[in-house]
Amino acid sequence: MSRRPLREIAHARAGDKGNRSNVSVFAYAAEHYPVILAQITPARLKQEFGSLLRGEIKRYELPNLNGLNMVMDEALEGGVNESLNLDGHGKSWSSLILGLEIEVP
Amino acid sequence: MASKDIYRIGTGAGFSSDRLDPAVDLVKRGQLDAIVFECVGERTLAFGHRDRQADPAKGYNPLLERRMRAILALCREHRTRVVTNMGVANVQAAAEATAAVARDLGLSGLKIATVLGDDVSEDISLDAELWEPDCTVGEVGRPFIGANAYLGADTILPALEADADVVITGRVADPSLFLAPLRQHFGWAEDAWPVLGAGTIIGHLLECAAQVTGGYFADPGLKDVHDLAHVGFPLAEVTADGSAVITKLDGTGGRVDEQSVKEQLIYEVHDPACYLNPDVIADFSNASLAEVGKDRVRITGGSGAERPEQLKVTVAFDGGFLAEGEVSYAGANAAARARLAGEVVEERLASVHGSNAPRRIDLIGVASVHASALDGPEESQDVRLRCAMRGQSREDAENLLWEVESLLNCGPSGGGGYRGHITPSVMTYSTFIGRDQVSPSVEVIET
Repeated sequence: MSRRPLREIAHARAGDKGNRSNVSVFAYAAEHYPVILAQITPARLKQEFGSLLRGEIKRYELPNLNGLNMVMDEALEGGVNESLNLDGHGKSWSSLILGLEIEVP
Repeated sequence: MASKDIYRIGTGAGFSSDRLDPAVDLVKRGQLDAIVFECVGERTLAFGHRDRQADPAKGYNPLLERRMRAILALCREHRTRVVTNMGVANVQAAAEATAAVARDLGLSGLKIATVLGDDVSEDISLDAELWEPDCTVGEVGRPFIGANAYLGADTILPALEADADVVITGRVADPSLFLAPLRQHFGWAEDAWPVLGAGTIIGHLLECAAQVTGGYFADPGLKDVHDLAHVGFPLAEVTADGSAVITKLDGTGGRVDEQSVKEQLIYEVHDPACYLNPDVIADFSNASLAEVGKDRVRITGGSGAERPEQLKVTVAFDGGFLAEGEVSYAGANAAARARLAGEVVEERLASVHGSNAPRRIDLIGVASVHASALDGPEESQDVRLRCAMRGQSREDAENLLWEVESLLNCGPSGGGGYRGHITPSVMTYSTFIGRDQVSPSVEVIET
C-alpha cells in the first residue's frame, strides 16, 4: 500500500452549470477503478473542501468508463454570473481533486 | 460500407470566441456533409440581447462575418452544409450579414435559412418559477434583459428540408444543432428515442470542438498533447444506428483517444442516465468507447427515452458592474504587505464610501481561485493583490478601482503594477415553458 496523489492514477475534468460543478474522475487503469470507487466519495470531498463545497454532493458511478461523476451543489460561490472568484466556472476543481492523496495497493 | 451510409459532421466552433483556422482546415480537407458552429452560452445570449438593444442591427455573434467570409466559398465547393447558432439574439440580422458576405464573395443562389421563435422575452410569465433561487421571474428585482427557450432539432428540420446551405439559429440546445442534420440524413423519426439519444450524445461530444480532440486536457508529464498550438477540431463519421467514430484530420495537433473522449462525454453532465434535451432524454450510462485506430474512437451504446414535456428557458437580468483592481508586491514579506493592502481597501470601502457591496480579496501567488479551500498556503515572494466587487452602478464599481489605485501612494511599501477594469455584468436563471407557448418558424432568403 502506498500513499499517492490521485493524479498519478486518474484524470479528471470539471464543468459547470449555474452554481453546480461536476468533476468526472477516471482511473487510467481498470485495476484502479475500485480504488477511486472506495476513496473518492462525497464524504471525502466534504472533509477536504467543506469550506467551499457547501451543498449536497452526489456521485454517479460509470463502470463502463472506469470513472465517477461527482456532482457538487453550491460549489461555485454563486456560479459564473455571481461569483467574485477569478475562476468563476470552477475549472480548477479538477486539479484540486486530483491533488488528494489516496492509498493505492 | 458505401460512403452515403456514413454521415460526416464536424465542429467549426465550440464557443463564441473559438478559433477559426481549425474550422477552415476541416472544411477544406474533411469531406464533410455538415459543419456546426456552436457559439451560444447563457451569458453570450444575455450580452447579445444587450447589443441588440443598443443597436438593432447587432446582437449576433461578433465573429460571424469573419467566419462566413473564410468558409462560405469552401463549403459550396465541398457541398458542406453550415448549421450555426451564431444568430444569438438577432437571427435575422445574422442572416442578412451572411447574405451580404456571400454576395460580396460572388456566391449567388446561396440559401440561408433562419430558425426563429426561441426569443420568448414577450411571452415569459412573471409568475414562472425559477429553478433557483426559490422565486418567480417577477420577484428577481433586477432589470429584465431577455428570455430564450431551448429549441430542439425539430425546429431546424424544415430548414434542412428546404435545402438551405446555411442554417442560422438563436438558442437551440447545443446537441440539437448536430442531431438535426443526422435526423434529416438518416430519416430518424421524432419518437425514435434510442437513436435520438445516441445522436444527442454524438452532438454532445462534438459541441465543444477541441475539448474532445485534446483541448482542455494537457497536463505536462502526465497527459501530454502533441502540437497543442494547432489542435484540430473534431469530426464524427456517423452511421444509421447512431454509433460513430470521433476523429480529427491527419496532420493536426491534439489527440483523440479513450481518455480525451471520456472526459468530454461526462463534461457538464449530471445524471448520465438522464441528460435532458428538447429532443430526447439521452442516456449515457451504457455508452462505451473503443480505440479503433490512431486518433479514432468508436462510441456505441448511447440511448434515450421520451423527450421532456417542457422546454428550458434562460431568463437574463442586469447584474450591475464587476470591478477588479490589482497591485503587485514582491520580495521579502510580500504576502504580509499584500494582505495589509487588502485590509486597507476593505476598511475604506466601508468607512469612506459606505459600501456594503459583495466583495472579495485574493492574494494571487498565495491563495486565489478555489485553492482558498486548502489550508495553510505557503508564503510567496511574488504576490498580486486582487480586489473584486460587484456594484449596482458604475460609480460604485469605480470606487473600488480608486481605492486600489490609491494604494500606490497611501498603502504598504513597494506596491506597483496597478491594473483595473470594470465589466458590465448579467445574471441568468432557468425556468420552464410549455411547448405550446413557443411558435418556431423558418424563413429562407437566397442570394
